[in-house]
Amino acid sequence: MKWEGTKAITAPTTPVTENRQFGSKMTDSKYFTTTKKGEIFELKAELNSDKKEKKKEAVKKVIASMTVGKDVSALFPDVVNCMQTDNLELKKLVYLYLMNYAKSQPDMAIMAVNTFVKDCEDPNPLIRALAVRTMGCIRVDKITEYLCEPLRKCLKDEDPYVRKTAAVCVAKLHDINAQLVEDQGFLDTLKDLISDSNPMVVANAVAALSEIAESHPNSNLLDLNPQTINKLLTALNECTEWGQIFILDCLANYTPRDDRESQSICERVTPRLSHANSAVVLSAVKVLMKFMEMLPKDLDYYGTLLKKLAPPLVTLLSAEPELQYVALRNINLIVQRRPEILKHEMKVFFVKYNDPIYVKLEKLDIMIRLASQANIAQVLAELKEYATEVDVDFVRKAVRAIGRCAIKVEQSAERCVSTLLDLIQTKVNYVVQEAIVVIKDIFRKYPNKYESVIATLCENLDSLDEPEARAAMIWIVGEYAERIDNADELLESFLEGFHDESTQVQLQLLTAIVKLFLKKPTETQELVQQVLSLATQDSDNPDLRDRGYIYWRLLSTDPVAAKEVVLAEKPLISEETDLIEPTLLEELICHIGTLASVYHKPPSAFVEGSRGVQHKRLPGSAGSGESVDSPDTGSAAGVSEAPPAVIPSQGDLLGDLLNLDLTPPTATGPPPAPSSGMQMGAMDLLGGGLDSLMGDESEPPPIPLRTDTPQSPQLSHQSPSPPDYSPTELGGDLGGSPAMGAGFGAPAAAMPATFSAPVSGGLDDLFDLGGGVGMPMGAYSPPKTVWLPAMKAKGLEISGTFARRAGVIQMEMTLTNKAMSVMTDFAIQFNRNSFGLAPAGPLQVLTPLSPNQSIEVALPLSTVGPVMKMEPLSNLQVAVKNNIDVFYFSCQYPISMLFVEDGKMERQVFLATWKDIPNDNESQFQIKDCHLSSDAASSKLQGSNVFTIAKRTVEGQDMLYQSMKLTNGIWVLAELRVQAGNPNYTVSLKCRAPEVSQCVFQSYEAMLKN
Amino acid sequence: MIGGLFIYNHKGEVLISRVYRDDIGRNAVDAFRVNVIHARQQVRSPVTNIARTSFFHVKRSNIWLAAVTKQNVNAAMVFEFLYKMCDVMTAYFGKISEENIKNNFVLIYELLDEILDFGYPQNSETGALKTFITQQGIKGQVSKTKEQSQITSQVTGQIGWRREGIKYRRNELFLDVLESVNLLMSPQGQVLSAHVSGRVVMKSYLSGMPECKFGMNDKIVIDKQGKGGASDEAGKSGKQSIAIDDCTFHQCVRLSKFDSERSISFIPPDGEYELMRYRTTKDIILPFRVIPLVREVGRTKLEVKVVIKSNFKPSLLAQKIEVRIPTPLNTSGVQVICMKGKAKYKASENAIVWKIKRMAGMKESQISAEIELLPTNDKKKWARPPISMNFEVPFAPSGLKVRYLKVFESKLNYSDHDVIKWVRYIGRSGIYETRC
Repeated sequence: MKWEGTKAITAPTTPVTENRQFGSKMTDSKYFTTTKKGEIFELKAELNSDKKEKKKEAVKKVIASMTVGKDVSALFPDVVNCMQTDNLELKKLVYLYLMNYAKSQPDMAIMAVNTFVKDCEDPNPLIRALAVRTMGCIRVDKITEYLCEPLRKCLKDEDPYVRKTAAVCVAKLHDINAQLVEDQGFLDTLKDLISDSNPMVVANAVAALSEIAESHPNSNLLDLNPQTINKLLTALNECTEWGQIFILDCLANYTPRDDRESQSICERVTPRLSHANSAVVLSAVKVLMKFMEMLPKDLDYYGTLLKKLAPPLVTLLSAEPELQYVALRNINLIVQRRPEILKHEMKVFFVKYNDPIYVKLEKLDIMIRLASQANIAQVLAELKEYATEVDVDFVRKAVRAIGRCAIKVEQSAERCVSTLLDLIQTKVNYVVQEAIVVIKDIFRKYPNKYESVIATLCENLDSLDEPEARAAMIWIVGEYAERIDNADELLESFLEGFHDESTQVQLQLLTAIVKLFLKKPTETQELVQQVLSLATQDSDNPDLRDRGYIYWRLLSTDPVAAKEVVLAEKPLISEETDLIEPTLLEELICHIGTLASVYHKPPSAFVEGSRGVQHKRLPGSAGSGESVDSPDTGSAAGVSEAPPAVIPSQGDLLGDLLNLDLTPPTATGPPPAPSSGMQMGAMDLLGGGLDSLMGDESEPPPIPLRTDTPQSPQLSHQSPSPPDYSPTELGGDLGGSPAMGAGFGAPAAAMPATFSAPVSGGLDDLFDLGGGVGMPMGAYSPPKTVWLPAMKAKGLEISGTFARRAGVIQMEMTLTNKAMSVMTDFAIQFNRNSFGLAPAGPLQVLTPLSPNQSIEVALPLSTVGPVMKMEPLSNLQVAVKNNIDVFYFSCQYPISMLFVEDGKMERQVFLATWKDIPNDNESQFQIKDCHLSSDAASSKLQGSNVFTIAKRTVEGQDMLYQSMKLTNGIWVLAELRVQAGNPNYTVSLKCRAPEVSQCVFQSYEAMLKN
Repeated sequence: MIGGLFIYNHKGEVLISRVYRDDIGRNAVDAFRVNVIHARQQVRSPVTNIARTSFFHVKRSNIWLAAVTKQNVNAAMVFEFLYKMCDVMTAYFGKISEENIKNNFVLIYELLDEILDFGYPQNSETGALKTFITQQGIKGQVSKTKEQSQITSQVTGQIGWRREGIKYRRNELFLDVLESVNLLMSPQGQVLSAHVSGRVVMKSYLSGMPECKFGMNDKIVIDKQGKGGASDEAGKSGKQSIAIDDCTFHQCVRLSKFDSERSISFIPPDGEYELMRYRTTKDIILPFRVIPLVREVGRTKLEVKVVIKSNFKPSLLAQKIEVRIPTPLNTSGVQVICMKGKAKYKASENAIVWKIKRMAGMKESQISAEIELLPTNDKKKWARPPISMNFEVPFAPSGLKVRYLKVFESKLNYSDHDVIKWVRYIGRSGIYETRC
């Protein structure tokens, strides 16, 4: 081989395929310049000229006018007349005109049909394709009828170029007349094209089918099965970059059957990560991120895949700025979902001086997400640089980021605070304000640590003109009133213009002055009177009025209680902020690369009509993905998932209404992984909202919420009492009926979802907290046992039990944080189990779990989940997730939980059934050392829904005949023999499903001995 | 999918407007003009949502290209398409300017009809497009059907980027390894971030359908060979091998083969194209080191001293060296002294620009400047933008070396040895900045 060394050389520019001739073309711009009045007339004459050249020139002029926005539709017949030509350039121009104006002149557009039909028969494939392509773009109903035959032929054309064009044409036709496409059987032909030998035809067919399927969310149009997937994967290697994108985007909609299939698809998709086209890379990332969910984490391949994802994502950052922006918005999502992928890549997100501002802002966001103890020094140094830049938004964000670092990485807090103080010294107005807002958050995260800086902050009081900064400063003054000598003066100065302040500031001022009063009652009585009357009497804002009244009443009835409420210890704020709500995040991960991922909004938020309404979800992890992917539940899932998109915004609204605190998103911790947005709304309403209303008291007090009814202004002495419901009744009525329980899993239940969900989720909790009652019938519940020892779960200990309360099966757990760091984002999931137990709502852990803190949680369960026989039968495998990891454990539930309330059989039926069940199915057990009388036993069992139907006494031996019914409809019949004086009972069980007998017996023993 | 595509001049006048979907109306054209082109503020995002319609835009000199949609399209794809559109237009008529677009509007419409069908991007390789979009009608209306079907099979085929039957008397290929070094250094000389993004550009003038195989000193490949082969050679070459963080390839490269064997094999397009892009971060040779020294003397004077040191073999020459030292906005006068090259204060750019034509390796040069400042009452401090540098060096800062490029064409009678091959390395500065 001869290498010619490294000397510089220049390649000859040989115009090999250059067969375009310039010459006459250089004058085309003249068409843009005609502005004469009689133009249309002249054009008409030229169009009808005999000379070909003149005709062509005229059509060009028409197109130019059309481009600029002039109406040249009057020339329709004349232009269409030029269509019959063998000059392809002219033909294309006429077609362009047709596509634009056919709709406004449908009758005349028919004139063109003949030419189209003729062209579809042309021996030249390019002309055939051109005809079918253009015909599809003419959106006139009458034309579509004529289109069908040529289209059918073209779909089966021998030339792939024509077929690929025809495939897209089906999508066009579907857009105009969906019914016609179905009636004509084009969809089936299109499906056949997925098996075409030409990869580009496959790609276009996939694109067309995907789009059609989008507007028919329930149709099984894109019937993705392992065979078709295999075909797609083969075509993937061979088609154009665009085709690869269509195919990958389509693949992302598939849910593999198991982890093996998932892995094999991933293996065939990973080579795409080296494609030069960023869109191919991002779509491949989407497929991998989605299918990775199904891979077991301990698999070697899982780790390999994680490693393979980082380099291509980093490479995207060397693309053009617009693509960088798209990539960064997506990386933001990926980092939230799987922080481990990019945790070592901090440096590539450092902002470059010349980056466009939109790239800078996004990089900053990701830097904060990746900040950790390991890299915090570097990050802070960078942020400090950024805070001196020119762009105001960017500087603000950088300052805010410094605060977020302080909150996220404790070790850096001190340095962050001193950096912020430096920045305050610059006296740049917006920097100072931003810094004060974040310092307030730092105070909340690390109480009693950095208060020494308050003096510096107070110096800047006058320069604050933004509500958020003012509110933050007022909060600080109120919170630390005892350390600020002139706190009353400072607050009073704000009070002068009370009515000109924004609500945020007003509310904060109210709270701050009440705090001040409680701390220094003697000298501030006048001030508090003043603010209370301003808030209650002179304000139109119901939030402000209500808060004012509540304070007023509290202060006048019981100052001690007021102190406890207003000055209560505040829960720590969580370190991760601005996180996208988990369900939304999951949905967005399924939309990587698309607009949804750029906007961070579900498609339904910006797409009109039926398209994009369908919500996508990540497949469940190995073993539990069944319920999501089976096609027949697809439609149901679609319905049940629809509300979250709408409700969160409502939830936010409610949150805003009630979240009277000034606190920006940073201050209240994100709610723990709710699986449906409705619950979030409810939680905000009942938890967070009240929390902040009551000055961040940690327990929601049981008073009714009335934000809209102003109460009488006189100072009443009776404290508001809760409505006189007994909690049990409410619990039973609202959350307890089995239909309601089923309503969670099976959206078929006609229960209005907006009602049922918050009630069962939120109210139940509230009442449980309030009363803890709920065992009216004394159902047996075993004592709590440790299910998950802290050693196995990085410090999270879970002990728990099961109970049936008012007809609802509950899993009652105590979560204890034995680790050193705060735990958040709890979520729970069950594996398939014998009786289809599944959580009926999300795990409600409202506040982050601080170290050494325990929390009691009751999780209502439904029995409509996926079923799989377990060994032993009552075994339940559980996965619990928190911000640290996912943990797995298994536990056993007493089968008596599953005995339903209507398990009492008619005597006659009982007799008949007993006889009917073959004797083989009968099993006998001994219960030893039980000292209950038969009546006591009977009533005890009744509490757990074991119903005594008859009692017989034979020779001093009591025989109890009992029946019970399981949630899945299995009846169990029992005969309990109790002999006076003999502590040993005999139980005979008969059941059509003898497998359950052993479990039932165990429950018997437990119930009786308890 | 893409609902419409508009091209505007800097005033916001429409030069090209092609609508693919019914949901995009004429008002979309105006919405973009009013909200983006005529917007007073700087562009805050390349994606804009106006009344439930999303606009993607890129700018080439003063021409705006905007794609419009109402659906949840693949955003990355839309931008890739817009870039591709620019490439195609450049390949057809050169620079994208208002004049060129007006001169070629019929051609652009024809292209848009071909490469975007109902908003779905179709084959957009210029090589293939030029065979049938010629502005002359399909090459000779009388041409044979055989030729037409050849065109269509190429446009839709597996090797859409190359046509059959190419013949050269002299089979020749040129490889350019073009690298840009990016650096961000702290004033104290600490490397904050450094990476090389490189491209291998190939110009191939080969007959037939040649099968090519490209080899470079990729650490993974060499380590793999080292394991099996002579340890001596592996040890020697192992030193010179480089760790590639990530690379992407032209669509002609068989990705699955690269994934499994890490070998780069392909049938190249004819003429010039970009074979691969890569990125490295380890063991980068930083050709220059910039040592800044800024001293504020009172409120009205700054003293700046900058030393540059070249750090490569003395036998090599760097060219087109330019150091740009930013000055505050309130600069009233500058005195510059430099040992080499020419330095000038450019008030319009707020910078001192120091140019040196050539500089050999292992040398150093220095500039010092006194900057007079007007007193201001501006509270805001001067942001001190970084000192940036431009240069060109005749080696690859990443250390990449081309080991071979083998050509096999079994059907025609030329062999690998008959192909004349050229290779050159050019290292350029990317964003090469030192904070001061």
